[in-house]
This record gives sequence, structure tokens and C-alpha cells, in this order.
Amino acid sequence: MSNFPEDLKYTATHEWVRLEDDGTVTIGITDHAQELLGDIVFIELPEEGKVVAARDEISVVESVKAASDIYAPVSGEVIAVNEDLVDAPETVNSSPYEDGWFCRVLPADEAELLELLDAEAYANLCE
Amino acid sequence: MGQKTPLYQQHLDAGARMVEFSGWDMPIQYQSVIEEHQAVRQHAGVFDVSHMTVIDVQGPASTEFLRYLLANDVARLDETGRALYSAMLNTDGGVIDDLIVYRMSTGYRLVVNCATREKDLAWIRQQAGDFDPKDTTINERPELAILAIHGPDAIQLVCSCLPSDVAAAVAKLGNFRGLESGTRFIARTGYTGEKGLEIILPGDEAPALWQQLLALGIKPVGLGARDTLRLEAGMNLYGHEMDESISPLAANMEQTIAWEPQSRDFIGRQAISRHRQEQLAGKMPILTGLVLETRGVLREGMTIHCHTAQGPTQGIITSGTFSPTLKHSIALARIPADAQDCQVDLRGKLTPVRRVTPNFVRFGKKVFE
Repeated sequence: MSNFPEDLKYTATHEWVRLEDDGTVTIGITDHAQELLGDIVFIELPEEGKVVAARDEISVVESVKAASDIYAPVSGEVIAVNEDLVDAPETVNSSPYEDGWFCRVLPADEAELLELLDAEAYANLCE
Repeated sequence: MGQKTPLYQQHLDAGARMVEFSGWDMPIQYQSVIEEHQAVRQHAGVFDVSHMTVIDVQGPASTEFLRYLLANDVARLDETGRALYSAMLNTDGGVIDDLIVYRMSTGYRLVVNCATREKDLAWIRQQAGDFDPKDTTINERPELAILAIHGPDAIQLVCSCLPSDVAAAVAKLGNFRGLESGTRFIARTGYTGEKGLEIILPGDEAPALWQQLLALGIKPVGLGARDTLRLEAGMNLYGHEMDESISPLAANMEQTIAWEPQSRDFIGRQAISRHRQEQLAGKMPILTGLVLETRGVLREGMTIHCHTAQGPTQGIITSGTFSPTLKHSIALARIPADAQDCQVDLRGKLTPVRRVTPNFVRFGKKVFE
């Protein structure tokens, strides 16, 4: 069964968001998403410094089965990307919420965070 | 809910993710497609392919009938147990299905695709209509299960759980040869590019054999890895590389057409004789292998842009995947015979792809240059 940590926020397009103490957010794809995709073989990450709007495509994940676009959950500037995923994309399968994070964003509009789903709402969506 | 094979419970017990596949509930993967794929390339894996349709054709006219029905010639099966791969063509020379035919002590056994089961049976029965029913009988065998066990260690492991006389005979089987052993038919055929066996047996005996094979360390393999394995081996999948609108000559199936003896009249012969003239004139498209050695994955349906003597034109990917053995993407694509400078439309980005012989991996190793 998929895992939906209570301390994260979610999107209907299967991204998760962690609000960090410094006001930035860390972004990744959910356990449910990695299960659906199966073995992940390539990940195209956004460039550091890129300014994105909420729901922009920021990344592409290719699994053996399918290609999937990843969307920015919030608007802001990409301040860090997880370069380890370039050579070890399978990390997203084994650790979607920790080592398999995609990028960190400095949010431009904190109000957007309120529009994200909580764990319960996202879990209901995945049923 | 679809139909269930006799191994349905075993799949659930092994943690399979089940999917609907042509009306059947089948395991797409157990834990990981890549791990299951590597198990077959490096050790041994077992597939439940009981969804495939087994049809026994028997009677004194069965040889004559199958020589008319199939593009390959069952007269080549000069010994009991031998197997042949063939296309079954319509009168326009399109492929109704591809199949394996075994010569058994009691007649012939056809194994056809499950997605084409109904039309295959209807076609075979219609064509047999001209033959006296007492001379040709056509019986589907839905009570039979099929296990495929493939990988470098597969034959040795299977033999270790067979009676010693049977094991000795199985170990000596050549490729595309099989034997009958009690209720089982055991043959050196498969769909992975590795050595291995297919065992056709009564469904109620299948769970015990499955458990025995798993206890030997043979890994269960789902349909996901079955597809990556067959594609690495450059093998066609019906409905992808060919269908009723595609000539076998445009699907790398020339070697499976028995043109000799010329006196043999088989269904589709006239049409594919014309296709051969088109092919000689360079007008028949070809099925090529493609490799993408950079990042990205070639997928079925992607457009190939290329150049021919007539100017720019297009082809299409018929099957594409990430190759777990090669660690990059491979594909089969149908393109004009004189196509050059192939580029794939990779999610909106034109990317050069390299053409290779459509056979990527055999016996665990890369085979193209």
C-alpha cells in the first residue's frame, strides 16, 4: 500500500511538498506515483535558478513503462536540484519522500501553499 | 474481473500487481520489471503464459490442412516434438496471427495469441470447412496451462525436478524441439532470447510445478519483463509489429515463409508473391532496429523523420522500451526501405537515432555493432 506522510502537502498530479523551516519548499513525487510508474530509468531535472509558475512542467520522469511530466506545485525560484537522481533515478522508487526529492523552491506566493492537499485528501484521491 | 489462469492465487501470493490483459487477469510485475528482466538474463525466471490459446489439430488430413493454412510448411516437421514458427495469413497477405506449431504424437498443437483467440478460431474453423470433419478435428484446449522457464540456468534447474530419464532427454533437446512426458509437453521454445523451456500441462498440475520451480530459486516474471525481454531479442509482438494490414515481408518474417515447394498453395501466397515484387523494387517498408544511446526512451507510436530518394518522409515506432541489459533505449520501427538520417520526435525534440539489425541481446550479451 502507498504511504502518505501526514507532514507533507500534495497535489492532484502526485507531487509532494515539504515546507522547510527556512521558508523554502522541497518537492518530489509521491509513493503512489512511483508505484504507478514502476522502475524509473531517467529523470530530467529543472535548472537551478529557473523561475517557475505553479503547474508549469518542471521535470520529466521516464520509467520502463511510461513517461510522465512533473508539475511545479507552487510558483517560485528553483534554488537546488537533487543531482544524485541523474545517475541513480531508481532512488525515487526506493525513497520517494527522502533521498528521492527532486528540487527545492523559494515560493513566490505563500498563499499558493494553502491550496495544496493534505495527506487525507490526497489519499482519498488515490483510492 | 477477467479470466483467471490456474496460477492466479500463486501470483497474488508472490506479490504480483495484476492487470487486465485481453480479458485475463495477469501479473504485469511482482516487484520490479528490471529485476525480473535481469533474473532471466543472468539466472532463471518463470512466466505464466496460460492465457495463450492452445489448439490441437488432428486427423488424417491435418498435415494437408495446416500446409494450406500456414505460411510456413509443417511438412518440415520431420519428427515428433519439432516446432515451427509461422504466420497465419489472410488472402490479402496480411497477418491474422503469428503462432508456434508443434508436431505431437497425436497430431499438431498450435499455440496462438490470446488477444486474437476468437478470430483465430473462427478463421481456422472456416478454412477447415472444406475438409471432411472426420479427417480434421480442431479442438481448443482451455484446460491446459503453459509455464515458460528461461535463463542461462533454466534448463538445468527444471531438469533437477524431473524424473532422471525425462531430465536426461530434456537436457539433450535441441532448439525448437520438444517431447511428451506423461501429461506434459516440454519444448525448447520461448520468447526471451535466452535458452529455456515451455511446459504445457493440465491446469490443475500447474500450481504444484510453479511452487517447485520457485523453491529452486527461479524468479516469477511478469508480462512487463516479458515485453522488455522479447524486444531486446528483436522479436515481434502481434498487434504491434504486424497485424492484418501488414505484410509479413514488412515485419522481418521472410524466413518463416516456405516458398518451396512452389506447388504448395497456402492462404495468402498470391498476395505475398506480389509483395515480394514490391520488396524487390524497394517499395516495401522495412522493420528496423533503432537505438538511442543518449537519455530518453523510445515509445510505441513515436514518429521517425527520415529522408528517401523521393524526399523527406516518416516512419513509426512499433515497439520501444528502455533496455535493462544495455541501459539505453531500443525500439523496432517501420520505415521506408531506403530511409536515411532517421530522427525521432522525442516529446517534441528531434533526436538522431541509430539504425541497427533488429536483434539487440542474445544470451545475455549485446549483439549489434
